[in-house]
Amino acid sequence: MGNAKLWGLKKSPWVFHVAAASCNNCDIEILDLITPRWDVERFGIVLVGSPRHADALLVTGVLNRKSLPRVLRVYEQTPKPCLVIAIGTCTCDTHMFERSYNVVGPYDKYIPVDVYIPGCPPKPESMILGIVKALKRL
Amino acid sequence: MNIVKILFQYVVFPGFIFTGVVGLFLTWIDRKVTARIHWRVGPPWFQPYADFLKLLLKETMIPQGSSKVLFLLGPLLGVIAMSIFAVMLFSMNFNPTGAFIGDLIVIIYLLALPPIGIILGGSASKNVLAAVGASREMTQYFAYELPFLIAIATIILKAGGSIKFGQIILAQQANGPFLYSISGVITAVVILLTIQAKLSYVPFDIPEAEQEIMAGPYIEYSGVALALYKLGRAMMLFLLPLFLISLLWGGFADWWAIPKFLLIIVLIVLIKNTNPRLRIDQALKFFWLGLGILSIIGLVFAYHGL
Repeated sequence: MGNAKLWGLKKSPWVFHVAAASCNNCDIEILDLITPRWDVERFGIVLVGSPRHADALLVTGVLNRKSLPRVLRVYEQTPKPCLVIAIGTCTCDTHMFERSYNVVGPYDKYIPVDVYIPGCPPKPESMILGIVKALKRL
Repeated sequence: MNIVKILFQYVVFPGFIFTGVVGLFLTWIDRKVTARIHWRVGPPWFQPYADFLKLLLKETMIPQGSSKVLFLLGPLLGVIAMSIFAVMLFSMNFNPTGAFIGDLIVIIYLLALPPIGIILGGSASKNVLAAVGASREMTQYFAYELPFLIAIATIILKAGGSIKFGQIILAQQANGPFLYSISGVITAVVILLTIQAKLSYVPFDIPEAEQEIMAGPYIEYSGVALALYKLGRAMMLFLLPLFLISLLWGGFADWWAIPKFLLIIVLIVLIKNTNPRLRIDQALKFFWLGLGILSIIGLVFAYHGL
């Protein structure tokens, strides 16, 4: 039972893109992943429109007071088991917004993050590498 | 013994399991052909099965304040209707004389159940976008049902006024398929575009437009319920082209049915990939003014024996 669950999760991780107030660079690079050049549908990765369908959340953007409750809510709406993939340096730590009055800190203070992909923005290759490594270690 | 045989028909072959497995494989063909058109590699062959298994083993969430029974009944309706439809379609094709009176009417009602399931589930899920999707699904259902029913009437007229499904197949075996005439071609075009809308594939995927209302009626579904919706859609992708073949192209009791079936599937995928999505009012106009008039012309041709 557990094996089948893991196999299904590994072979078809559907991702939901949580754009929590990022500067849009990471979002554009994420959209590159589904273009013909990188084509992540090879691994069964599909971008879905609703967090209820998702197995992995791609979070981008620095976490602030306004976006924190929204991100937590989207995380609670996602059926478990689900992965959280932090994309960009802003999500892994707080990058250059560290001393800002509005920033409440990196994501792993609030939700369990499985993969950190630093970069500003990270290349699509490095995102694929990070996701593949995370799926191998499941 | 008889009950065991009937259960086997509905659950294993050609009902639930057989139709589901073949239908999921056809969704892979759809995704792979789409990927090749985009100049991509596309998913591996076991992709739909992996998706289905993963959804089965995931948590099923029921939104707070929604109607639980209707929410879970929605996806079931489509799957049950398609299993019964599969048994009827196969038994009529391989044993056309064993029909009962008016089975074509029953099939029309069975084909109406999946959209009703989607409307029920979408309305029950207590979500604004799902409600918008459900209302669009309802409008679209009324839009495509008119030309579809006129096309069915054309076929009944060509079969000599019989509403027996087996009689239609027997008439085609005696006098050649209905497709090889002017009214036959017109009816085939109408039914093909109706199938596109019944599957809600791209020019008519208005109810579940991912970019505007985020999967529409399916938005609150997760786990097993979503898997059942996907399975129902996959079964429709298998059964509706077979329905078209048996109505117009002489049934599928021989090996020639396989190339015919593949041709129809490829046509559906090509239409899907070369068209933009319509708005709901454009779809209504297209089905009532465009295809409605076209199907009436087909009916007139059939009346004069052309």
